[in-house]
Amino acid sequence: MNQNLFTSFNVPVILGIPLVVLIILFPITLIMPSNKLINNRLSSLQQWLVQLTLKQMMMVHTNKGRTWSLMLLALISFIALNNLLGLTPYAFTPTTQLSMNLGMAIPLWAATVFMGLRFKTKASLAHFLPQGTPVPLIPMLIIIETISLFIQPMALAVRLTANITAGHLLMHLLGDTALTLMSIYMSSSTITIIIIILLITLELGVALIQAYVFTLLVSLYLHDNS
Amino acid sequence: MVSVIPMKDKKLLEVKLGELPSWILMWDFSPSGITRTFQRGYYQYCNKYINMRKGSISRITMVLGCYMLFSYCLSYKELKHEWLHKYH
Repeated sequence: MNQNLFTSFNVPVILGIPLVVLIILFPITLIMPSNKLINNRLSSLQQWLVQLTLKQMMMVHTNKGRTWSLMLLALISFIALNNLLGLTPYAFTPTTQLSMNLGMAIPLWAATVFMGLRFKTKASLAHFLPQGTPVPLIPMLIIIETISLFIQPMALAVRLTANITAGHLLMHLLGDTALTLMSIYMSSSTITIIIIILLITLELGVALIQAYVFTLLVSLYLHDNS
Repeated sequence: MVSVIPMKDKKLLEVKLGELPSWILMWDFSPSGITRTFQRGYYQYCNKYINMRKGSISRITMVLGCYMLFSYCLSYKELKHEWLHKYH
């Protein structure tokens, strides 16, 4: 039972060739940019979604922060597509691997911090001290704010990993339960199946929301520092 | 082997069975040749099924079905133990 649960999170390798590269690149084939004014249905749908998310996300930023729009848009579509594709049966979700999420979170967070420190040193250092704190508390508060700053990339990566992994694991467990219960008590099996259906709708939501949250937080750090 | 048309231009259904190995060996196995083949295949699928004005959802579900089959083949080794057998 122990081995069966976690084998779906194994990185797929055939004869030593990491096929995980192919799986990470697969969502690219689903996005088809075209050079016509009026496209086919799929491209028009994608274009409309892209415009919607871009407007929502980049409204709060200054002109300097808006140079990041391509990066943030690519981020949100990458995470959302990978999470959604991972919901197909037997698929491998690359966002369950902490290595990949750390690789996404740390450079982006570091970029926002360094950008803030380079262009607006005083303002970004001033973020360490909230307004109106009583004077004796200042040293402790600065230590706390520094720790919270350094925890940001870890929190970003671990949040995404944990959410997606937990959802997948729960679905595996409930599926196993429903299957074994079917031969014993039919009624509890139907209840479990209904729970699984609800969970799948939740997973669809979580897949999209996690992408959104990740990107939103990165854009928040950007806003603070630009 | 008597062929009037040069063999490289023939499609699969026109090649005779005896000529099959030499037809396969005539493919371009260099990296740029392989990338060109994949690009051609991708655009052929796109143009046939997706670049219609009223494409339907079955065009995408075909792709997802193939992806599911591919992942099943990848994880076959672990799935072997999960079949409902009396004795494993």
